[in-house]
Amino acid sequence: MSAIVQTLVDGTKKILNPGRVCATTGLSVCRTAQQFIKLNAVSAVVFLLIGGVAALLLALTRWQTVHLLNAEWFYRIVTLHGLNMLIFWILFMEVAILYFCCTTPLNSKLFSKKVAWVSFGMMLTGALMVDYIILQGQADVMMTSYLPLLAHPLFYLGIILVAVGTLIGVFNFFATLYIAKRDKTYEGSVPLVTFGATAAAIIAVVTLLHGAIVMIPTFTYSMGWTPQPDPMWYRLIWWGLGHQSQQVNVCAMVSVWYFLASVTTGARPLNEAVCRTAFVLYVLFINLASAHHLLVDPGIGATWKIWNTSYAMYLAVLASMIHGFTVPASVEVAMREKGYVRGLFGWLTSAPWGNPGFSGFFLSLVIFGFGGGITGVTLGTQQINIIAHNTLRIPGHFHVTVVGGTTLSFMALAFYVIPLIFEKDFIWRKAARLQPYLFGIGIVMLAVGMSFAGSMGVPRRSWDIDVAGVYGPAAHLMLGFVGVGGIIAFVGLLLFVLLCVGTLFFGKSTKGRAMTDWGVAKAPAGVAVTRLEEHDLSATKGTFAMVLIFLACFAVYYFANWKALADVWPVR
Amino acid sequence: MSSILVPERGWFRAPAGHEKIWIGLALSWCLVLTVMMPYWHFRGKQNSRGEAYAVVPTEFAARVDRFIAANKVGESNGVPIVEPAPGGDAFVLARMWSWNPILKLRKGETYRVHLSSLDLQHGFSLQPLNMNFQVMPGYDHVLTLTPTSAGSFTIVCNEFCGIGHSNMIGHIIVE
Repeated sequence: MSAIVQTLVDGTKKILNPGRVCATTGLSVCRTAQQFIKLNAVSAVVFLLIGGVAALLLALTRWQTVHLLNAEWFYRIVTLHGLNMLIFWILFMEVAILYFCCTTPLNSKLFSKKVAWVSFGMMLTGALMVDYIILQGQADVMMTSYLPLLAHPLFYLGIILVAVGTLIGVFNFFATLYIAKRDKTYEGSVPLVTFGATAAAIIAVVTLLHGAIVMIPTFTYSMGWTPQPDPMWYRLIWWGLGHQSQQVNVCAMVSVWYFLASVTTGARPLNEAVCRTAFVLYVLFINLASAHHLLVDPGIGATWKIWNTSYAMYLAVLASMIHGFTVPASVEVAMREKGYVRGLFGWLTSAPWGNPGFSGFFLSLVIFGFGGGITGVTLGTQQINIIAHNTLRIPGHFHVTVVGGTTLSFMALAFYVIPLIFEKDFIWRKAARLQPYLFGIGIVMLAVGMSFAGSMGVPRRSWDIDVAGVYGPAAHLMLGFVGVGGIIAFVGLLLFVLLCVGTLFFGKSTKGRAMTDWGVAKAPAGVAVTRLEEHDLSATKGTFAMVLIFLACFAVYYFANWKALADVWPVR
Repeated sequence: MSSILVPERGWFRAPAGHEKIWIGLALSWCLVLTVMMPYWHFRGKQNSRGEAYAVVPTEFAARVDRFIAANKVGESNGVPIVEPAPGGDAFVLARMWSWNPILKLRKGETYRVHLSSLDLQHGFSLQPLNMNFQVMPGYDHVLTLTPTSAGSFTIVCNEFCGIGHSNMIGHIIVE
């Protein structure tokens, strides 16, 4: 069988999905979707490499002892790094994920090949324009390009092209959902990963509209056609793009967690209603996060700051805490069902840690939760932001959300995307098994260095801290952590790129056969698999212990920061 | 049933077991987080209210000049040292790449410190206290500030403002 055939009322047969059947999963793969998943994923990895080389240069410059780049190139490379990592690598990868989530799980074909080409062409052209103009030295304005800083018009035009191209890709996703429903390619509700991807796509639309609202008048201003937009207005709307796009990443990352948990351990969502409600909470409340960047800004009152930074009483944070429970709990239940029942954490120690798909996703979950989540809520507390704004604590936070979390989960996903979609078995499998650990450890070290240096007042995006004469040996040590962690993470990133590219060229084809197993969790011989239910307290006690530890860490960090705030000068 | 397959019919049901307990705990924690900010707004001493007034950058620079002329008490490396009246207004102008003037304040007194920029956005980062506020052109950002420790404090710019950004250092003296 190579296509989905539907018998119409008059007896004629209609081919719905001109795809292939995956020999590993038995699911159908739309060939058009597969082609664009490949194109977008390959572009994503190219931009990841550009951003990664930039990252290494920055880490070696902020490491004050090495201080590699000069000031001009440092700021240029910060701009390049931010855009390639935070925007290009992630957006291309997300379009690939969206195309997968609306086709294979729904047994559908992609809505339109032409639309996919237009989207891809615009995104690629825009991204290349931006990188070119940055390297030409015409856009040393950081990723945020805060007015009245002004870049070459092509910089803004490139970003607009990327944003609109992505919007068109998102349209293709929604149109595919529509035709799948219309043609009844599936029955009942959409699978959870598709639901999560839909939430990501909805947030992406809102996000990219903010991008258009802020970038179009900035572009026309840079051309000299319109007056300069107000810089505070720019900050407010820009962060509707900047922070919300990170929430698209959170949604996509959580969907990847659910996907990899299922693929590597056979986990099933404990309670679909809970998981889906949590995604809906993201859609409803996450758009308030723009406020996190404006907490010590002039012209915005305390009421607005408090309400918005709380995401309406932290309901979006609640959503992350729910996923943080349901994902490991589903793994725990799946492992216990297979007979790994020893103690609180026997299920965890017996998990397939040698499978990079599993280790990558689980490390991503832990790093995102304990690192990114706790720091994010704390730094985004209205008053605590006074002792954090624009210090290295901020990049310290987002390197454990968007890098240790999102990027690591996308890397883990690649260990399945390449065998299943590119139909190539990985080369250097032992190195691949180490890659998530290498990258994860490097990023955690980098982020710890940044966070502590930031607590000592070291500013972000600053070429040199010695002129100020106020930073002591401890701050310099922490910047050394940034340097060494940066090197380790870069080696992990380079290994990832080499593995992917090497596999595309030299990997053994998996056409017509199942992919070589990375080692998924299986019941030991002679153990009968039983089914455990959600209300069974012994089935999830390990995860419950984990989340209680999490909550304790959260409370300690949170109140320690209030104490630190109480020690500075009174200010109103 | 897996996360990539269509869920079984009847999937919409209430949470149970540890999941239900955790949702309750997490929601309670969210309420604690929510209450802390309004609590600190009324009872805490460090708040960012964002008090600000529209101002033309050159007009703000003129105010700073008048403030310096009226209250200057000395000079350090060509930068005026200015002592405002306790309880009064103080002005600091940020520009590429300097802070002007150096303020001389008294410990325990409260001042209304006006911050604004002549050109780009800047970041007012008071070290080693690590208190940070945004400085915007066109906005007179007023901090009602009470120094509670004496010594020499350094203002570091922590918003990127061009090639000389890391050299943009200012000072506040508290006696």
